[in-house]
Amino acid sequence: MTVMEQRGAYRPTPPPAWQPRTDPAPLLPDALPHRVLGTAAADRADPDLLRRLYAELVRGRRYNAQATALTKQGRLAVYPSSTGQEACEVAAALVLEERDWLFPSYRDTLSAVARGLDPVQALTLLRGDWHTGYDPNEHRVAPLCTPLATQLPHAVGLAHAARLKGDDVVALALVGDGGTSEGDFHEALNFAAVWRAPVVFLVQNNGFAISVPLAKQTAAPSLAHKAVGYGMPGRLVDGNDAAAVHEVLGEAIAHARAGGGPTLVEAVTYRMEAHTNADDDKRYRADAEVEAWRAHDPIALLERELTERGLLDEDGIRAVREDAEAMAADLRERMNQDPVLDPMDLFAHVYARPTTQLQEQEAQLRAELDAEIRHHEDEPDHRDEPDHRDGPDHRDGPEVNAR
Amino acid sequence: MTTVAVKPATMAQALGRALRDALAEDPTVHVMGEDVGALGGVFRVTDGLAKEFGEDRVTDTALAEAGILGTAVGMAMYGLRPVVEMQFDAFAYPAFEQLISHVAKMRNRTRGATPLPITVRVPYGGGIGGVEHHSDSSEAYYMATPGLHVVTPATVADAYGLLRAAIASDDPVVVLEPKRLYWSKDSWNPDEPQAVEPIGRAVVRRRGRSATLITYGPSVPVCLEAAEAARAEGWDLEVVDLRSLVPFDDETVAASVRRTGRAVVVHESGGFGGPGGEIAARVTERCFHHLEAPVLRVAGFDIPYPPPMLERHHLPGVDRILDAVARLQWEAQS
Ligand SMILES: Cc1ncc(C[n+]2csc(CCOP(=O)(O)OP(=O)(O)O)c2C)c(N)n1
Ligand SMILES: [Mg+2]
Repeated sequence: MTVMEQRGAYRPTPPPAWQPRTDPAPLLPDALPHRVLGTAAADRADPDLLRRLYAELVRGRRYNAQATALTKQGRLAVYPSSTGQEACEVAAALVLEERDWLFPSYRDTLSAVARGLDPVQALTLLRGDWHTGYDPNEHRVAPLCTPLATQLPHAVGLAHAARLKGDDVVALALVGDGGTSEGDFHEALNFAAVWRAPVVFLVQNNGFAISVPLAKQTAAPSLAHKAVGYGMPGRLVDGNDAAAVHEVLGEAIAHARAGGGPTLVEAVTYRMEAHTNADDDKRYRADAEVEAWRAHDPIALLERELTERGLLDEDGIRAVREDAEAMAADLRERMNQDPVLDPMDLFAHVYARPTTQLQEQEAQLRAELDAEIRHHEDEPDHRDEPDHRDGPDHRDGPEVNAR
Repeated sequence: MTTVAVKPATMAQALGRALRDALAEDPTVHVMGEDVGALGGVFRVTDGLAKEFGEDRVTDTALAEAGILGTAVGMAMYGLRPVVEMQFDAFAYPAFEQLISHVAKMRNRTRGATPLPITVRVPYGGGIGGVEHHSDSSEAYYMATPGLHVVTPATVADAYGLLRAAIASDDPVVVLEPKRLYWSKDSWNPDEPQAVEPIGRAVVRRRGRSATLITYGPSVPVCLEAAEAARAEGWDLEVVDLRSLVPFDDETVAASVRRTGRAVVVHESGGFGGPGGEIAARVTERCFHHLEAPVLRVAGFDIPYPPPMLERHHLPGVDRILDAVARLQWEAQS
């Protein structure tokens, strides 16, 4: 008797609680990153949109260059440039409606500026005069987020809240390839999928997390494939093809608006400059690799498409460049003015109402500043002032030795 | 006017009532966490709320503390008032990055443009025979994080009042709920709940002249018991219940110590780097010339929380408190 015959009566059934949840096939990303420029799909693209994208790409690159120059001049503490990634930055900003929200990472100053933020206000974090120099509610741009991937659950929560309130609002959250290894990436995608929150995650896979290449970050077939594990669609797009990024994000946003839930988009791009001005990329990557990507430059790709189709001529290109120069000149001029700082701001926004402890510390700083001013006024009398003061408990009056 | 009988209620019931009243009064209040829905939370604090307010307002979330608090940040950014339940003290740690880098700082980093009215409820402390990772006193971590308020009730009435105040606050508040007091009972009229006191006021639970016991949360009943026992020794102890660790009520504490001239800080949290060091320093700075003896601390040992069969040796008890009181240099008085 064979084993099969012995088991004749046995018919495998799934465990009682098991049932198929979703079919993974429709969630899988395409084998190759989606492209529009240089393909037949480009003919369908809106020429005005392509021209707008082009103008913003050129402005964006100029912005990156200007910010990097300002860093070298000491006007910024640090600048993580998105040169080479402008297609993602710009498409992310332009694809959103006014009422939607953008959740940028620390590298995405450009996306915030392309969304309409004042270019100087967007840089206060990196200049160092205040962490977030803008009101997030004004342009619906969350604070530029440095702890990697921690902004992703915020985007999910905001999108969820908007849906609970019945508002037609989508959140678009940006993260790097390195950030996808963080626990918050996982938790955000999981919450988004369970809640079917109207949120879109855009991973800019620029090849590196500072010095660490993607191969050391993940063993997944692609970052877009990670979506399947959460039950959301994953899309793969050429991150240097602004039209393609705009299209894929647009579809994901429309899907979210229609109640279809979140999408994970992986944009394949490349960080053309070092991680920041403080980094030395010669230690971990070859020039040849950078050069190979230069041939796939987002601005050149779009410029060729526009000129070959007669949508842009020399005059048009010149006008775009002049506009970018004017923006850079304005940025330069305004950034070369020292920001006006009020040290008392240190205490202004810790709590809605400062605690008595903070009020005491505020008084201490105030006294120190007053002493500094007197010192500057060069009054020798004040220089010899003892620097201890009454006990810190001003409200109760100084402790007295009276027993 | 009908008078409602004042009935005994537990702290857990008062907390649940506070959530219910907040949910009913303010449509932006949302309760979220692990098992807070059908089950009513592992301590039953949210019992019945999902049924009454629906799953959109009282939400069983996926099991991920950073995700819970992180999404609460986004909800608060959109104008909601999330009340997050962490299932146990030690299981709030995965959410620390969200708490410290975002919840505590968002108002500050946005210059007040994005306040986060989030309440984080954390059952904390030992004494319930919990196995490993269920009995931590984590208050020092929260206290050391500027931007957070930290409150902890010791009575049924305060549980209601402090939680209502926390939810009403435009700042993030960590509400540390002493696990072993969840089932403590008090005569409390749930139909006429106590007025909500502003966060930041300590209260003298027992008047006394000999020395002040400064304490909070789960150690308050222990200190009251110690004060009763101390009468036999001829000590008349005052007991101050801090209620709020941040902001800290220097005024009430200093006024008490100035009256009594002696102080012992009592808490379950470890002594080294614990709240008692900060409190003792503040008292000394303000009351130095009134003090007859150094401020002493009775704290948990500086050890990882012990297994349940040994926890009674770790927790500050009446004897250890009285020993400390005895060391307050009484001989100098005679
Ligand atoms: C939680 C956290 N860990 C470490 C860092 C330090 N850090 C800043 S950028 C960076 C690399 C990020 O790589 P990736 O997510 O790919 O973004 P990219 O820099 O390429 O835009 C690291 C490790 C951080 N900011 N946050
Ligand atoms: Mg990267």
